[in-house]
Amino acid sequence: MTLYFTKDHEWVSVDGASGTVGVTDYAQGQLGDVVFVEVPAAGTGVTKGSATAVVESVKAASDVYSPVSGTVSEANAALVDEPALVNTDPEGRGWFFKLTLSEPGELDELMSEEAYKTYVASL
Amino acid sequence: MTDQLLPLDALHRRLGGRMVSFAGHAMPIQYDGIIAEHQWTRTSAGLFDVSHMGQLTLPADAAVALEALLPGDIRDLREGTLRYSLLLNDNGGVLDDLMVTRRAGDLYLVVNGATKVADVAHLRAAGLDVTVRDDLALLALQGPQAVTALGRLVPGVDTLRFMRAAAFAWDGAELWISRSGYTGEDGFEIAVPAARVEAFAEALLAQPEIKPAGLGARDSLRLEAGLPLYGHDLTPDISPVEAGLSFAISKRRKTEGGFPGAARILAELFEGAGRRRVGLAIEGRQPVREGAAVIVDNEVAGLVTSGGFGPALGSPIAMAYVPAAAAAYGTRVEVEVRGRRLPATVVPMPFFPKSYVRGVAP
Repeated sequence: MTLYFTKDHEWVSVDGASGTVGVTDYAQGQLGDVVFVEVPAAGTGVTKGSATAVVESVKAASDVYSPVSGTVSEANAALVDEPALVNTDPEGRGWFFKLTLSEPGELDELMSEEAYKTYVASL
Repeated sequence: MTDQLLPLDALHRRLGGRMVSFAGHAMPIQYDGIIAEHQWTRTSAGLFDVSHMGQLTLPADAAVALEALLPGDIRDLREGTLRYSLLLNDNGGVLDDLMVTRRAGDLYLVVNGATKVADVAHLRAAGLDVTVRDDLALLALQGPQAVTALGRLVPGVDTLRFMRAAAFAWDGAELWISRSGYTGEDGFEIAVPAARVEAFAEALLAQPEIKPAGLGARDSLRLEAGLPLYGHDLTPDISPVEAGLSFAISKRRKTEGGFPGAARILAELFEGAGRRRVGLAIEGRQPVREGAAVIVDNEVAGLVTSGGFGPALGSPIAMAYVPAAAAAYGTRVEVEVRGRRLPATVVPMPFFPKSYVRGVAP
């Protein structure tokens, strides 16, 4: 399992052709209290960089962009009743959706965990 | 444009406030988190820096001239009493909402931060002698424990009642304190000399009941309280009657008129306005935001002007303008968000009950 990151503060954890997507701890800190998450249904085709999910804090709605292209295999049902998981466990139980990667080569364009940490420190 | 730094800027940063640009000022949007600050204010006391708002004074004899710009009774306003009013344009639209207090030697006005420059120009164009009190900071201490905590530092504030104000002192600093606010809770708004506000704010924050609260909680609290926000729920196109603020048109002024847009406003008062500001309870958990379309009978009939999640209610709420025919409590509507229609119901405001301490001082 390998973790990759985007400049928009999404993460994707990849195991073979399967990926799990969420937002980073930095992102949840910026968003503030999450009160609603809209995630794509299983079967939805997504392209890298497209607005795929929406996260709503008390104040505002923000798009979440898919780090890679593929087909959604599962949305995190736990977020329906407990959207605050995005705040309390963003890189664990607060994941947004799982997908089957269609273009694994896209992963080369993403950041490693170390590169992402350096990136966040520079913000 | 560089944001103006307010007198408490260093304190906000020391407290871990997340600073954002708001109406040309650097302001804290939150410290611990909007929900925590919101709930703390509903159960204890939140301290808000609202120094971006405009504090103005007019000569004591300016009441009649001021009445030419707004529909409130200022002439007969008693000393130490606040009146909520609205600066109006010639079409009866709202240029700003404000508080006017008669004091022994002047009229004291608090206006919105985003509109204060235009307000001062508007008042001066009407021949009023405006003094801008940039030497003062403004704090809002809001919540059920505010009276206990503030009373420890400033004895006697408990004698004030809602919409009353008086001069007090703390450690040699002159304070002008009113029992008022923008959260629906009991609380106070306190004008403090800018040079002393940091020490005073720290003294307040040393009280166990008080925690700092930012603009985010201020917005969610006022939304739950059903209070309109200028620039969103009130604009130059919206009249006080449409906005549900007819209470701000004083009895004498209804008879006499003589305020901008009186013909339209009085006609709406007696015949009803074509559209009304309403509260919407949204089904489910998904918030709706400003600009979302309100659908009535399958047609776009109005727009959401403020919307979000009500932390004390645990559900999404909104304010919207809808045709009068759809403004009755219980009317079922839909709100369109990202192509989907969420069911909603017109409900009375405030969404969350107010806790003002009304009445005559003992």
